[in-house]
This record gives sequence, C-alpha cells and structure tokens, in this order.
Amino acid sequence: MPNPVQVAIPLLQHTGAPCEPLVKVKDEVTLGQKIGEGKGFITAPVHASVAGAVGMPSVTTLPNGRHVKTIPIKTGPNQLSADELKASLLGGDWPVSGLDAQSPEQIAQTAREAGLVGLGGAAFPTHVKLTRNEKRPVDTLLLNGCECEPYLTSDYRLMIEFPRPIVTGALLAARATGATQLVIAVEDNKPAAVESLRRAAEGTGVEVRVMETRYPMGGERQVIPAALDREVPTGGLPLDVGVVVMNVGTSAALAAAVLRGKTLTHRVVSVTGAGIAQPKNVLAPIGSSYKDLIDFCGGLKPDAARVIAGGPMMGFALNDLNITVTKGTSGITVLTHDDLKAVEETACVRCGRCVDVCPLNLVPTRLALASRYQDWDMARRYHLMACCECGCCAYVCPAAIPLVQLMRMGKAQLPKE
Amino acid sequence: MPSPAIHIAPAPHLFGGALTTQRMMFDVLLALVPVLVAALWQFRLYAVIQLAICMVSAVAAEALFTAMRKKPILVRDGSALVTGAILAFSLPAKAPWYAGAVGSFVAIGIGKVIFGGVGQNIFNPAMLGRAFAMIAFPAALGASAYVVPDSPIDGLTHATPLTALKMLGQSTGLLPLFLGATNGSIGETSALACLLGGAYLCLRRTASWEIPAGVIAATAVIGLLVQWFSPVAGWTVLHELCGGALLFGAFFIATDPVSSPLAPRGKFVFGLGVGALVMLIRKLSGYPEGVMFSVLIMNALVPLINRATIPTPVGGPVPAKKAA
Repeated sequence: MPNPVQVAIPLLQHTGAPCEPLVKVKDEVTLGQKIGEGKGFITAPVHASVAGAVGMPSVTTLPNGRHVKTIPIKTGPNQLSADELKASLLGGDWPVSGLDAQSPEQIAQTAREAGLVGLGGAAFPTHVKLTRNEKRPVDTLLLNGCECEPYLTSDYRLMIEFPRPIVTGALLAARATGATQLVIAVEDNKPAAVESLRRAAEGTGVEVRVMETRYPMGGERQVIPAALDREVPTGGLPLDVGVVVMNVGTSAALAAAVLRGKTLTHRVVSVTGAGIAQPKNVLAPIGSSYKDLIDFCGGLKPDAARVIAGGPMMGFALNDLNITVTKGTSGITVLTHDDLKAVEETACVRCGRCVDVCPLNLVPTRLALASRYQDWDMARRYHLMACCECGCCAYVCPAAIPLVQLMRMGKAQLPKE
Repeated sequence: MPSPAIHIAPAPHLFGGALTTQRMMFDVLLALVPVLVAALWQFRLYAVIQLAICMVSAVAAEALFTAMRKKPILVRDGSALVTGAILAFSLPAKAPWYAGAVGSFVAIGIGKVIFGGVGQNIFNPAMLGRAFAMIAFPAALGASAYVVPDSPIDGLTHATPLTALKMLGQSTGLLPLFLGATNGSIGETSALACLLGGAYLCLRRTASWEIPAGVIAATAVIGLLVQWFSPVAGWTVLHELCGGALLFGAFFIATDPVSSPLAPRGKFVFGLGVGALVMLIRKLSGYPEGVMFSVLIMNALVPLINRATIPTPVGGPVPAKKAA
C-alpha cells in the first residue's frame, strides 16, 4: 500500500516494558531508524516505519484500551515504493546454508535490536525466546503457520508467496535456541501453503506437519500438543517442554533482520470480512491508522456493522478508525449486520456443549455461573484461570449465554490466593 | 461517503446459533417419532389420547405457573411439550385421564417451575410427575393397571413382560420384546424404536451418548452376573436390556441434560448408576421395574458426581501461586 501521510509509532507495542523516545520533535528520521528504546530484558525497541520528520509526541489508545505515548512521523518525500519495499523485506533469494557465521548470541541480539516481537498477535519480544537458558534447554522449534483466528489469512499469504525467508528464519532461530528439531505446523485447509513450504524447505531438515483445521489451532497450547504431542503445563511456557514457538511471519522478519539488517517496520495485515469492499492482505507500515488500511481496501461497505482489531473470536471492536496498526495487529475484520446475530440470552439447560468444545477441557457454564455470582471457591475448583478466552463455548451455546464475558469478568475479579 | 454506523461489543463477535434450546427440544420430539409409531401400532388410540392429555396439561401448567411467578411465559422453548410427551410415554395405555393431567401439573409445577424454571430443576420433571401420580393413584397406575383382560387390543390382555417374569416366572420371547409386541408403558415396549430415536439423539448430541452407554453397560454386566448365578429359563441379559423401560429410560429419560451431570466422565458414571439401580430394583425389590426411581435417585446424586468429575484442564490444574 502507499505510505500514509503520517504514521504514529506507539512506544509500547509488545508485552513488557514501554520504550522511552530517542528522538526529538523536528528530528529527521530514516526508514528503520530506532526511535524508542526500553529498559530491561522483556521489551523491544520501536523503529520509524517511514522516512520523515518527527512530530509532537502524543498519547494514543490501542485497541485493548491502553493509553500509550506515541511518536508521530510526517512522511517525507523520499520513500521506497511498495514493490521495492516488499522486495527488500521478503523477496529475492534466501540462503539455507552457511548461516553459522552468526553466533547464537548475535542472532538473539539482532532480534532485539530489530524490535522483533511475535507477529501472531501476542507481541511477545522474540529475543527473549531466542536467548538460551541453560536450565531449560530447547530441543524443538515450532513455527506456527496455523492462523490464530477464522477470517485472517495474513500468515497463509506469506507462506504461499514468501516461504523462503520463513525457512531461513527458522534455521536462524534454531541456531539461536539450540533446537535440533524444526517443525512448521500448517492447517489442512491450506494445501497451497504446505506445498510451497515443503518446496522451500527441501533439504534443510525443516519438516512441515499438517494439522487438523480447528479453531483455536493457532494457540500455542493447542498447536504444541497437535504437532509435537507434548502438553504445556497450565501457567507454564512452551519452554517447560523444550519447545519454542514462533509465528511464521516472525520467522521471516528474523531472517530479514539478521541477513539484511532490516528492523521491524512493516507487517502483513489481513483486512477482511464481508463488510470491506476489497478484502486484501496488506504489507502495511507499523503506525498507519486502521482507516488508512480500510481506505486502501476500498472502504467499508454500507452494511458494515462492526470493525474489529484482530479476528472475530477474540478481537476488540473499535469505535474509532483512527487507531494505530501495531506490531501485533494481525488483522482487521469488518463484520456486517448479517454476521452479527443478536440473540437473547436464555437459561442454561446444562447441555454440556461448552464442555465438549472447550479446547482446554474446562466447564465454561460452571465458570460463568461462578463468575456471575462471584462464587470464587467454585471458580477455583473449576480452574477459572486456565481459560484462554478463545470464545468456542460462547459460539456454540444454545442459550446464547455470554460465557466469555462472564469468565473474563471473573478472572479480573478473582481474589488472589 | 457517509460511513456506516459501527457498534462495539466484547468478543467473540461471531455466534454459531445453529443450535438453540428450542431446537434441542424439537430434536427430542423428532426422536420420539419412532417410539410414537411403535406405540400407535401397539396401543392405537390409547397412545394418542394419553399423549394429548399430558402434552396439553404440561403446556397449560407451564403457562399457569410461570404466570404465577410473574415471569415471561417461555412455552415457546418446547420444554413443556417434551416433559408432557415423556410422561405420557411412561404411563400405561389405560391410565385414567386425571393421572396424566395431575402428573403433568406436578411435573411442571413442582418438578420444574418451583426451582426457577427451565434449567434449574434438580429432578427429571417427567419422572417426578410420574412418581407423584403413581403414589397418588396406585390402583390406576400399578402393575395391575396395565392389564385389561377384555381389551380388543391383544397386547393389553397380558401382563407386562417384567411383571410376568416377577410374579409368574414367565419369560417373553426376545423378538416381541425387541419389536414391541408386548404390554407395557406406552413408549417402552419397542426396543427397536427406542434405539432408532436414541441413535438420532446421540448423533445430534442432543443426548450425550455417555449416559445410555453407562446405563446399558451396567445393566449388561449385572444382567450377565444374574444370568450366571440365578438363571431363569428363557430369560437372558438381552431380555433384560430389551424389556421394560430400560432403553426408553436410557435414551430419553436419563439423558435429560438439566438433571444429569455436565462433564463426559460424570455422564458415564451417572449412566452406570442408573443401570445398576434398575437391576437392583428389578431383582431385589417388590417392583418389577425401576427406571423411574433409579433416575430420580441418580438425579439427587448429580451435584456429587459433578464435583467428583471436574475435568482436568489440558496442561494440568492451575498451579497455586507461590507465596510472595
């Protein structure tokens, strides 16, 4: 897409400590220049996604409701065209051998400098995952090519069009973590992606495994058991079972950072849903507004009813389109009135559908009941905090009970033990 | 271009909506069609009359009692129709009209609405209503009420298979039991019809297969033991399974979601309990059949079963926070 007139770079786009600005008002910055740096280990710097002049810092609201300090950059005259940008970030040839020129520490350090975070949505700083921990060795690197939500296809397009940087990034990440087994998990509704990745991975030792297509397969806790037959302990990390999980987009960004010195300035965003005129996957500068992307895709259709940051199951509905695309923005979903069904809640008949569909084997109806009546004993007994809020239970509930909202409320109110 | 109004709401934004409570109730009525066919074949007009009395009374009771509670009347969800139908199918063909009517009123009023309406009841409403009617009108609903010696309908002139077994030591052939050419409550005679309807319910997962599986497993195991240790000529474990209300109870009564456990493991345990109690009552008590009491007793145990069978989350329980 063409560069917007102005981008706004939030200083907190990741899980962890926010950044402090490194630039002043009216400074000229170049594409990819670091403009914010955070203190501590779990943080990631932010970079200019266009070349231009720094404006007055302000505060913006992210889709999750957090207010964050933001550095605006007015786009200057000299910019790479969209095609040039795509070619420089993802195109061309990517080596699959001779990658040992970089030491594991260097790879992790480069990931940090480039501001890499998980592009699947959680935006956890990548260098933290790539740094070796002697106490908890990693034997397997799992690239997650399962889309985290229905409607979203950004990973899918990337796997079809640019499988080579994904594979190269995987090899680099494996070198950083010391993993000896490399697996890419892709859902079985994406045969083209499987085909494309298999071709790119030939002879590299990277194995493509095909998963059942079943939401929420993109979640770590679902994809690890499905692909590797290991179960991550509740409250634990994949690291506890010797696994590092990385989104395929993150992997491609890692390759671009290590081999081409590119910082994380752009990402692929799915602009999708029946309420958008021309749904597309867009390589968008971080800091663009949702409105920029929606306009680029032909705007909203007249029957658009809800604009969602992320996918339809876990995304946040927006009331303002002047909101910023961050590193964690995997998609913008626009639903129509037809998609949204306003159904009146009725009584639970304890049919147990929610128990059947819960990917974590919980009893949502009990958790919702406990949350509604603040019965914290019951909430603990039924493992409230294990809930991942994927929304499967509320999707199937014959009584249309707002199970997820209730459980979310309960999780927020549950007194600490 | 004027931008369309967008509204906000918390996730998830999509709702399946393929299954509603109403649809589940409709499923049950649909699954009862084979049972109805078998009942019409065996009991003719009696089946129609009994069904009409119970279903109409149940809906009337629902409307009356919810109005008394000043709650919106939810007859639309169809749950009263299901309760009425199940009750009718569990009564003898010649049961007097007031037995069905009183049973229905008790089923809906004391069995359901008094607890707070649909979804809140502890006991299976139809069975509660039947138990009340049976104790209130023992002569009209007891084992003897099934037999009408001068009836033009052949089936009605014999004792029910289980009574015949208990009182006279007579066995009934497996084929009549399976097809339903015997005397009994209106809906229980044909094992085949119950299996057909039950299979549909389980495939739709309106009924959880774990419950009938548990009932049948427990009955089969105990039936085998009984057959081994105190055999009766011509009566096997298969007769035990096809006779009486066992299959009707396993598929249509015990599977009432409201009064059965939530998690799959709990459902199976519940089914096992029902099956075991049925065999206990059949073999060691004065009653020839015990589905109704078994279901009611197990209903009372559901909270305990639920508590004992809380599923373990994937990845184990939430770890206790370390003291900071």
